[in-house]
Amino acid sequence: MIENGADMARVDDTLTRIARNAGINNPKIFETTTGILMSIPEQSSAQVEPIQKRTIDLEKVSLVNQNSRAFQDGQISLEEFRDNLVKLNISTPFFSFWLQLIAAVVVSVTLMIMYGGSSEDMIATAFAGGLGYSCYYLINNQLKIRFVSEFLASFLIGVIAVFFVHVHLGIQIGMITIGGVMPLVPGVPITNAVRDVFAGHFLSGMARAMEALLSAGAIGMGIAFVFRFL
Amino acid sequence: MAIVIQILCSYLATLGFGIIVNIPHRALNSCGLVGVLGWITYLLIKGANGGTMLANAVAALMIGLSSIFMARRLKMPMILFNIPSLVPLVPGGQAYKAVRNFAVGNDLAAISDLVQVVMIAGAIAMGFFISELVARTYFRITIRH
Repeated sequence: MIENGADMARVDDTLTRIARNAGINNPKIFETTTGILMSIPEQSSAQVEPIQKRTIDLEKVSLVNQNSRAFQDGQISLEEFRDNLVKLNISTPFFSFWLQLIAAVVVSVTLMIMYGGSSEDMIATAFAGGLGYSCYYLINNQLKIRFVSEFLASFLIGVIAVFFVHVHLGIQIGMITIGGVMPLVPGVPITNAVRDVFAGHFLSGMARAMEALLSAGAIGMGIAFVFRFL
Repeated sequence: MAIVIQILCSYLATLGFGIIVNIPHRALNSCGLVGVLGWITYLLIKGANGGTMLANAVAALMIGLSSIFMARRLKMPMILFNIPSLVPLVPGGQAYKAVRNFAVGNDLAAISDLVQVVMIAGAIAMGFFISELVARTYFRITIRH
């Protein structure tokens, strides 16, 4: 439930806090990116909670955090807390697809300009970023394999960049591609990998670094394909 | 004029990435401000011939410190502010060059680009690490006294 892109130290902290307040003095918790293991020393059985899918939804993380703090302060009871968690897991508002698409276009274009691209490439970058992100989003919704959708999206971005330069609507293939790829950057795994490693959660840190590396590799492969064959 | 465009762009870019990773609406604005601060720091140090590595490290440090401040003020997790603000610092240009050189078969140039990518990523991590250290020491001192 907490694995929506939170760092391990926060998960650990939240779980311990919940357990303490539920009247358990000495909870033993071990967590990685793929599962949580928790046991109470006075009882003989331990609970294992595997985590199968990993999405990125920082609003959920923030809400769980708020709820656990409220629980700690005694504002809500354990039952209410549980209800809240179940509720927010189902119905956390997500920005609509169109808003995300616009955000992706904005990210692409602004970053392209920040990296020193020229204003003639703006239209091409907007198309590359928008179509690339929607390709990523739609395929990811269908297949649920992040790396495949990243690969296909970056391939599409590369093709769009080459096409726009070919019909003289853009100048630099490089700038268009960099801008277009930016919304796909695995920012959450990278940041969390660094934080986890420094917080002493080496296992999760390495797992996350691996995830980020694979994503970056998939994006790079997509672009490399374009260069190799076009 | 150029600096105004840079500020505006970095604000919008941070905001946009914030929407993509779905951070709460309440945090969007302050998140954009953190992003602007990081990017301006980067530009200033790079403009003063500080070198790419130092610029990245100090910008990451600034982002880390200001997101700690924002997290305290809004009572929200720190990563909400970190992640979108760091996106402009990602070494996209170097990574792109590395991939292109590998694809074309120019391995030596590609490896030199790749080393740059790794070093920049390391510099960002370094800046982050220092900001975390500062935060932890600060909290330890303030809690004791």
